[in-house]
Amino acid sequence: MDRWTRICRLDELPVLGARVVDRPGAGNVAVFRTATDRVFALRDRCPHEGGPLSQGIVYGERVACPLHNWNIDLKSGCAIAPDEGCVQSIPVRVDAGVVYLGVRADQPAPAILQVGADD
Amino acid sequence: MKLVMVGNGMAGARTLEELIKLAPDLYDITVFGAEPYANYNRILLSPVLAGEQTIGDIMLNGVDWYAEHGIKLRLGSQVTRIERKRRRIETANGIVAGYDRLLLATGSNPVILPVPGHELPGVITYRDIHDTHTMIEAAATHRDAVVIGGGLLGLEAANGLKLRGMNVTVVHLADWLMERQLDRVAGNLLQKSLEDRGLAFRIKAQTKELIGAPSAENGRVCAVRIVDSDGIEETLPADLVVMAAGIRPNTALAESAGLHCSRGIVVDDTLQTFDPRIYAIGECVNHRGVAYGLVAPLFEMAKVCANHLALHGIGRYTGSVTATKLKVTGIDLFSAGAFTGGPECEEIVLSDPFGGVYKKLVIKDDKLVGGVLYGDTVDGSWYFKLLREGRNVSDIRDRLMFGEANLGDTGHQGQNRAMTMAPSDEVCGCNGVCKETIVKAIKEKGLFTLDDVRKHTKASSSCGSCTGLVEQLLMATAGGDYSAAPKMKAVCGCTDYTHQQVRDAIRDQHLLTIPAAMRFLEWRTPNGCATCRPALNYYLISTWPHEAKDDPQSRFINERAHANIQKDGTFSVVPRIWGGETNSSELRRIADVVDKYQIRTVKVTGGQRIDLLGVKKQDLPAVWHDLGMPSGHAYAKALRTVKTCVGSEWCRFGTQDSTQMGKDLERALWRMYAPHKVKLAVSGCPRNCAESGIKDVGVIGVDSGWEIYVAGNGGIKTEVAQFLVRVKTGAEVLEYAGAFLQLYREEGWYLERTVHYVARVGLDHVKKVVVDDAAARRALYERLQFALDGEPDPWHEPDRAGIDRRQYVPLALLPA
Repeated sequence: MDRWTRICRLDELPVLGARVVDRPGAGNVAVFRTATDRVFALRDRCPHEGGPLSQGIVYGERVACPLHNWNIDLKSGCAIAPDEGCVQSIPVRVDAGVVYLGVRADQPAPAILQVGADD
Repeated sequence: MKLVMVGNGMAGARTLEELIKLAPDLYDITVFGAEPYANYNRILLSPVLAGEQTIGDIMLNGVDWYAEHGIKLRLGSQVTRIERKRRRIETANGIVAGYDRLLLATGSNPVILPVPGHELPGVITYRDIHDTHTMIEAAATHRDAVVIGGGLLGLEAANGLKLRGMNVTVVHLADWLMERQLDRVAGNLLQKSLEDRGLAFRIKAQTKELIGAPSAENGRVCAVRIVDSDGIEETLPADLVVMAAGIRPNTALAESAGLHCSRGIVVDDTLQTFDPRIYAIGECVNHRGVAYGLVAPLFEMAKVCANHLALHGIGRYTGSVTATKLKVTGIDLFSAGAFTGGPECEEIVLSDPFGGVYKKLVIKDDKLVGGVLYGDTVDGSWYFKLLREGRNVSDIRDRLMFGEANLGDTGHQGQNRAMTMAPSDEVCGCNGVCKETIVKAIKEKGLFTLDDVRKHTKASSSCGSCTGLVEQLLMATAGGDYSAAPKMKAVCGCTDYTHQQVRDAIRDQHLLTIPAAMRFLEWRTPNGCATCRPALNYYLISTWPHEAKDDPQSRFINERAHANIQKDGTFSVVPRIWGGETNSSELRRIADVVDKYQIRTVKVTGGQRIDLLGVKKQDLPAVWHDLGMPSGHAYAKALRTVKTCVGSEWCRFGTQDSTQMGKDLERALWRMYAPHKVKLAVSGCPRNCAESGIKDVGVIGVDSGWEIYVAGNGGIKTEVAQFLVRVKTGAEVLEYAGAFLQLYREEGWYLERTVHYVARVGLDHVKKVVVDDAAARRALYERLQFALDGEPDPWHEPDRAGIDRRQYVPLALLPA
């Protein structure tokens, strides 16, 4: 299990909401849960001015940044036009009600594995 | 499914744009255009003719736009036949195409006067790029031009030809120029300033005949014979004759297919013709008896039509109020609505013929119904907005003529004339957007509406105080008739319903949850967006207190976390200090919290409280606990503060105990959510040290009791509160203030401050309910008390307040 690191149970994520994964020294990760129980993870930094996306309003498969209301696609991490910019998306997997991130716990940065972004 | 569009003008292309947004893959689309060009901005042909822009400048969607969206574009192909039974069309060059849906956007044709000689070479109309080129060429090789028709189009053509060096005479049949848009005074002013530019006019003159040169010179037109109202004939030299005597909906194709036409292709409110597979849009249609020739209504139609083509089936086009602006550089002219007045209308007129300024505003039943501006049109967009919204103007009637700037502004140095600003001048102070950026975006990206500009440049998307400026830039850059937004604005892109319609549905249908409201109102998106969800949540809990359940995930982060998010992602904490009066033990606890949690900045707020800035989210619950003070709701659309002066307890001038009154008000009203933030103040005497004059509710102590003022605002636009009532006792202050705020809570639109709410419904309405009707006032106050009863303090009763406390605990990477 070195590719995937457990973070929480699915029911510990609020529906249409997010939680923050604290990664000291490596930048926080925002983990989102949609109304249809899809889970996405992005670096917790809006490409605009670095706002914490984890604090935004989640709708459809997007989140609105709490600072200046940029809308970010949860799957790609890219801003919805006409805004431009992307935040790194992070592989995430839900297995038997447990959420795993595609990062290694022992190697903080830059330890994001290059695997498909699908869940 | 196959969609065929006939006509590739602005209305049609706009419909496709809207359709692609809604249902990108629903149709296999083919477009037939008779002109050899992709979609261009027909309205800007006049600046092209005048040499101020080029054809390249006015293209809206190039050929590559069609390719990019998989749309087959057949240019230079005139559709000549529709076979409705076999559902296919045929073009002059032999193309046959089948359709499941057909969209007719055939536009209009210029009226050609049937006078002798109308078919001579050198006699043209003014409609498309080809005509514009013909005029530009003629101006280079010929000398005399006659324009028949002194309407909008004719005058723009005349001006362009004059600028290109021709001698131009305008022949006009009616009593004054642009008689459909201007009254006589403005028409005469316009004629004078055009004459100053060297144009000649023959008013009330009829065209009898166009005379051709001998055939040795190719038989080109060489003169126009006219007759004036006294029957005197005159012959004007003319190497070029431009017929601009009006337009007529182009219905030939539709009529030949047996579709019902009557001064346009007759459509219903969904833009459907009498054949349900066929839609029609733009200048070719007759909607409720009106054929529109301006672009703003066409865009409104496009939105509705696209929605129905996309099978969403929402939205009706119910007609448009239109405004006109002449696109002749240096002449400022604007007209809208019922500018001629009539019975039961009142007119306000400002006339300075020597200064070249004339303004007429027509008012009926306290509402602006029309207006003409000449020479100074900066407030055109503002008047037009008042007109469309049907806002009651009785409260600003005395200042109405002097424009929006007269009502006060902050944030852009009092700038109010977009035209006189330098390109590098800042328009939007919130987002740092300068004039140049906005103008460039409008031109390059083909923006038409305020919303477009907001999305692309962010200008006017934050505080909105520069909205008027941006609308002026839109008008000036894109052409006058663009600025017109729909009369009623939808809540957001997820729905076509307005805030009022949503509020009404929630009340009438007893809707209790966001999903139920979205289902009933047929929301287009599965769970809304960051704009509509907070609004719906507020409407539900304010309409059905103790019944509808608050949804924290539909609240903005500040109201979800109960603290204010800062630019670095930390939060600020403002404890409640009743009436701004504190004591040593509170201050000591605050000091201890600051030390313990290493809070970087401690600041006194404008609302007589203390702000602790830079608190980490995970520390918030502990900070609240250690403070031991109630939530100040400084983060919420709710009652914020009640600012007070020291009052009669200490002040040698004080007449009333304003501090106690303020504390009583704050204790009665705290935890009250509202459409927007609510600020109160209580002053102990008319010196008004608590600044009650710029608060949502301002109370001023006088010798005999208290005066209550409402709907003031110290923000973007400083607005002085209006006098509501004078009362004797503190208990009355509570009841009147509470009743007013409950009325605002029940009727206000989300994010509408009291000043805008009262401007919308009128102070008379508020007085009628809150002052004149004691029973209604008591009922309002009781409903407010019912709503607030048992409302928890989120800082100290988080579970009762429904807070998801997991948000304060970050997750960690767990060992496998």
